Amino acid sequence: MLTVRQLGVRYGQIEAVKGIDLAVAKGTIVALLGANGAGKSSTLLGLVGLVAASGEIELDGVSIAKAPPEEISRRGLALVPEGRRVFPSLTVAENLLLGGAVHGDRHDTKAAEEKLLDRFPILRERYRQRAGLLSGGEQQMLAIARALMSGPKLLLLDEPSLGLAPQVVDSVFDLIAELREQGLTILLVEQNAAQALEIADRGYVLVNGQIEIEGTGAELASSERVKEAYLAA
Amino acid sequence: MDYLVQQIVNAVSLGGIYALLALGLAVVFSIVALINFAHGELMTVAGYVIFFMLALASPLAAAVVVAIAASAAVALLTERLAFRPMRRADVTGLLITSFAVSVILRVLFQNGISARPKPIAMPQSLSGAIDLGFATVGIIPLISIAVSTLALLALTRFLKLTVLGTAMRAAAEDFAVVRLMGIRANHVVAVAFAVSGALAGIAAFLWIAQRGSVDPLMGFVPVLKAFVAAIIGGLGSLPGAVVGGLVLGILEVLFQAYLPNLLLPYRDAFVLGLVILILIVRPEGLIPAPSARRS
Repeated sequence: MLTVRQLGVRYGQIEAVKGIDLAVAKGTIVALLGANGAGKSSTLLGLVGLVAASGEIELDGVSIAKAPPEEISRRGLALVPEGRRVFPSLTVAENLLLGGAVHGDRHDTKAAEEKLLDRFPILRERYRQRAGLLSGGEQQMLAIARALMSGPKLLLLDEPSLGLAPQVVDSVFDLIAELREQGLTILLVEQNAAQALEIADRGYVLVNGQIEIEGTGAELASSERVKEAYLAA
Repeated sequence: MDYLVQQIVNAVSLGGIYALLALGLAVVFSIVALINFAHGELMTVAGYVIFFMLALASPLAAAVVVAIAASAAVALLTERLAFRPMRRADVTGLLITSFAVSVILRVLFQNGISARPKPIAMPQSLSGAIDLGFATVGIIPLISIAVSTLALLALTRFLKLTVLGTAMRAAAEDFAVVRLMGIRANHVVAVAFAVSGALAGIAAFLWIAQRGSVDPLMGFVPVLKAFVAAIIGGLGSLPGAVVGGLVLGILEVLFQAYLPNLLLPYRDAFVLGLVILILIVRPEGLIPAPSARRS
């Protein structure tokens, strides 16, 4: 579904991502692992067009490289950004409304919202509350629901477990696995390598902006190098 | 009692105009971090449209509607021609661009129309006063209050009830994420400029109704005051802009009404002195804007 060739991201003199190749097959979870500063988030920001990137990016065979973020979103790529970045002074309802803005039709937006509120009952309870008043876990649910509102082909998740309590982290990973069962394709960036590899079909390990190791989730989980570097805890 | 009521009406009326102008500045600032010094010229555009329409014997209502549309259109044009190409510039670059747009428009008015004030006669029916029983107040200040209130209510409804309005509020908090929702950045920014221009057009009508003339520098003083109002309220905060505008209008009128004659020439010094005090106590303004992320 997603094919990336020679993706590069630089910030002035600093080359954050140095020409990486990635592939994400339909209906799978692909994990992008690595230490802080390895270039994981820059890769995602480059894919969605929020930072300038070189190289080729194809979604279902159509190039989306160099397109602005709003066009990439309309083609079916949805990013749940690091730190959730819900709109704090807007209500849960308003956050979801914007997530579904691509539908252009209130009726379709409402239908998408109803489905998601059934899936995330806590958001129905908090529907009229400001997003900034939600707990971290609830905000993560909202950020994921908001991204799903557009009915994306591919969901990009940037550190969805960051800063959440352990039980909440478990439920986030369960949710991601569940979304794949329903046919969604997911590219997951995580520092929590152990849990990410448990649910990932494939994985890539980024070191200093380059892919060092790649393989199936099981291969990476049993790789000595990955164990040493990322699964030590 | 009569005098007090009149002064309160005048204060709210002037505050309402400042609020509209400050809101116009804040709507744009909250989204693109631009302090638009050309905002005053948008007022002037509307002023000249009213002048020419009335000269062509158009009814006042039609002249006002066309004037509001014209200032919104010019705001859109400046966005497209001057500010959009500078979108990625830093604050200084944007500021200089807005000064340039302001000067270009002003010179166009001076050379294309006239450097002298053009008188605008309001219909007789607006020049009188109404006896409320306990006080007599001017019709124009009352209209001014009603129009400002309606404009603020309409804008609030737009910002709360439409997808685009909601996107504008969200863009003030995190523009990058708004774009991730598939909402076109150019569209949101253009609407912000159009809203800001329309607010300047409405304010221009209310300003002219009270002063009766238009000149190339007409927008300078009110927009300078609106800028002060936006800072009192919290720069970039929309409710702050409204509150700041009202506070400034009320302070100006009250000082004007109750300062002894000897001190009247120093009215603005007293008003700005109080503004400084407000900012010492609340440096972020009365209703600070949420801290924004901008792409």
